This record gives sequence, structure tokens and C-alpha cells, in this order.
Amino acid sequence: MKSTKLADQANSQELRVLLRERRDSGRLESSRRHELLAQLLEAGHPVERRSSDCARPAMAVLQVGDDEEVVTPGTPWIRIAAMTAEQVVTNLADLRSQRELSDPGQWTPWFPVIDFGLCTNCMQCLSFCLFDVYGADENGQIQVQNEDNCKTNCPACSRVCPEVAILFPKYGKGPINGDVVRKEDIQKESMKVDISALLGGDIYSSLRDRSDTARKRFSTERDESKALLERKRCLKELKESLDIPDEVLMTLPSAGEIEERTRRAKEKAERRRAASQTIADQEASRPAPSPEEWDI
Amino acid sequence: MSGDKRLLYCHCAYAKVVPARVKHELLEQLGDSDGDFEAVPDLCEMSARKDPALADYAGDPELRIVACYPRSVRWLFHAAGHELPQEVELHNMRESSAAELSQALGLMTDRESGA
Repeated sequence: MKSTKLADQANSQELRVLLRERRDSGRLESSRRHELLAQLLEAGHPVERRSSDCARPAMAVLQVGDDEEVVTPGTPWIRIAAMTAEQVVTNLADLRSQRELSDPGQWTPWFPVIDFGLCTNCMQCLSFCLFDVYGADENGQIQVQNEDNCKTNCPACSRVCPEVAILFPKYGKGPINGDVVRKEDIQKESMKVDISALLGGDIYSSLRDRSDTARKRFSTERDESKALLERKRCLKELKESLDIPDEVLMTLPSAGEIEERTRRAKEKAERRRAASQTIADQEASRPAPSPEEWDI
Repeated sequence: MSGDKRLLYCHCAYAKVVPARVKHELLEQLGDSDGDFEAVPDLCEMSARKDPALADYAGDPELRIVACYPRSVRWLFHAAGHELPQEVELHNMRESSAAELSQALGLMTDRESGA
């Protein structure tokens, strides 16, 4: 399901404006026209420049010359010959407001685009993305389902794609930006996939070797450091084996706090034991009751 | 403008990846030309929104698109559920100069055409 920020955007038909300039008369001066076109586009309005009428619906007709109006129900006709570009854009903003259309450009269109000519449907992108951008269709085919969940300027999923099949059209460099995929790009991607081979064929044994090396390195360090490392290791094992959430682990007391609690508990127990002993001693020192006292 | 092919220009309004000089020079030349054209703020945004206008563009094999890398443009249309016909001309403002694009599109101003 789309989140609201993208779903709320007005579509191009709702925002499209027609700039009506005749070839023979009523044309804007070049720099004025360019300023108007640039400002309209940057305000999010598609523009169609035509020298004749257009049957397709538009939000407004911007008329340069003094031609007769062609009445199209629901399409305002704005004579712009005496208006600045800013005034035209303001007029359209008012029109958007009247029609309760959202302001365009609220969302930066940054999202992955899949090149299905290269994609092998390996699903690495789906497994990798933390933000639920990817999904699969009813046939199990990978697809981008939540474009607006994508984190702007993050092209990380394209880096894990072994086929260079993920594009970000607004990325700076190729081939991620859609530039042609070259042989060396494919080779570079293959290296990512074969990283376990590069580490000696078995990534897990390589990691174990690294761990042994690290252990030797720490053996000369102080015991406290070793204890801290051991504690971290135990916490990690707890988290993994018992599926304890991070927030719970974060609330676990420190070793010092545990020692203090233990000391206080020992003192309390000692006091209790001492009090019990006193009562027992008092009881013991008291003479035993006679049979009369027991009323037997 | 060469022929009567429909021309679609993408302003890539929401990012700074298309050189500003190229897109502004070309936009000015399009305006100065004697032909009709359509300009959209951002094809990426239209693709993400599955804008119905993309179906109309994809249905026209005579279309010429001036935007960015052809691979991106084709798959953006695909992502929106529309295949661009192979005949559609794709011009790249990230790699070509405004002069090269103007020539490729056959843009002619009124002055150049003697109007």
C-alpha cells in the first residue's frame, strides 16, 4: 500500500497547463517565455506549448495573444500578456488551492528502478532493504512496491545487486544512474558475490580464524577488559539464543550494580539471620514450662 | 522542428543531476522553435505515481523524449506499467550539450526558418 505522501500528489492531468502561442502573432519574447516555462515546471506544472487549440483537458489555458476564448467547461482562460512569470505561478497556486490539490514537489522522487533485462529475480534487494521498498507480485517476480519508503540518496540496494540491475535515475554516477552497463561493471559486481571465496572459500571458518587471532591479541590485556568482552559475548549469545530484544538488554544492570546489589542483599540476610539467632537464644534461655503451666 | 513528431521534455525539477545549463538552454530553444512540445516537471515522479499520462506517451511510437539515460527512461515507463515502443527516440541531457540536442531534434527558430 502506498503511503500518503506519494498517493496524495495531484497527477499531471490535474496540474497540466496549456500555453497558447500562435505562430504568426501573440508570442512571448524569448527570455520571458523561458522564465515562465522554467517557473511553471519548477512549481510542478506540466506545460504543453501549442499554437492551436488542444482537446486534452488542462488545469488552465495561458493565452498570450488576444484571440477569442475557446470555452472549455472547467478550464479557466488566463490572459498572461501583461503578467510576470511569478504572477502566473501565483494564479495557478490559487487555482490549486481552490481545487484542494496538494502542492507538487513535496516528495523527492528517489527510488529504485529495476532493469528487468538484467534482473535474475534473486531477491537479494528484497532481503537487503530494511524499509520495505521491495515486494513480489503474484507470480513471485520482484518489484518496487513502496517507492516513497526509500531513503533519499541511499543507493545501497543497487550495490548488493549482483547483476547491476537496480537503477537510481537521480544518482550521480554510472551505471547506477542508468548509464550503459559495461563489462567491468559486471566484473566488479561479481566480486561482491564472491566475497566468501575471496576470504578463503568458507566465510564462517574465515570469521572463526579472525576471532582466534583477535583472542590472542587481547590475551595480554588486563583482566577487566577480558571480563567486559566476555560479558558482551554472553549478552550477544543471550540475545541470539533467547531472542531477547535490544531494549531489554539495554536495561540489564552493569557488573558494578550487580556487585552492589549482592553486597546489600548479603548484609540484609546477615541482619535477618542475626535477629533470628537472638530470638532463638532468648527462647533457649527461658526455663521450660512446668506441666501445670501447660495446664495438662 | 524536424517532422511532426511529438516531443516530450523532462525538466528533472526535483534533483540537480541534469546540468542546469543544458536543460535551460534547450528549454529556451524549444520555446523559440516554431513547433509544439510538451514539458513535464519530472518523469521519475510521474513513474512513481503511475501517472495516467505515461500511458498516452507510451502509446505513441512517433514520440521523442529529451530526458536522461535511455535505460532509465525505458525502465521508468516499465515501472509505471507501460512499455515504450522501440521506435521512440530518447535523447540524454546528462551526456549531450544543448547544441547537440538542438541539432538532433532539428529545432529551428522563427529567425532561422525565415518566418
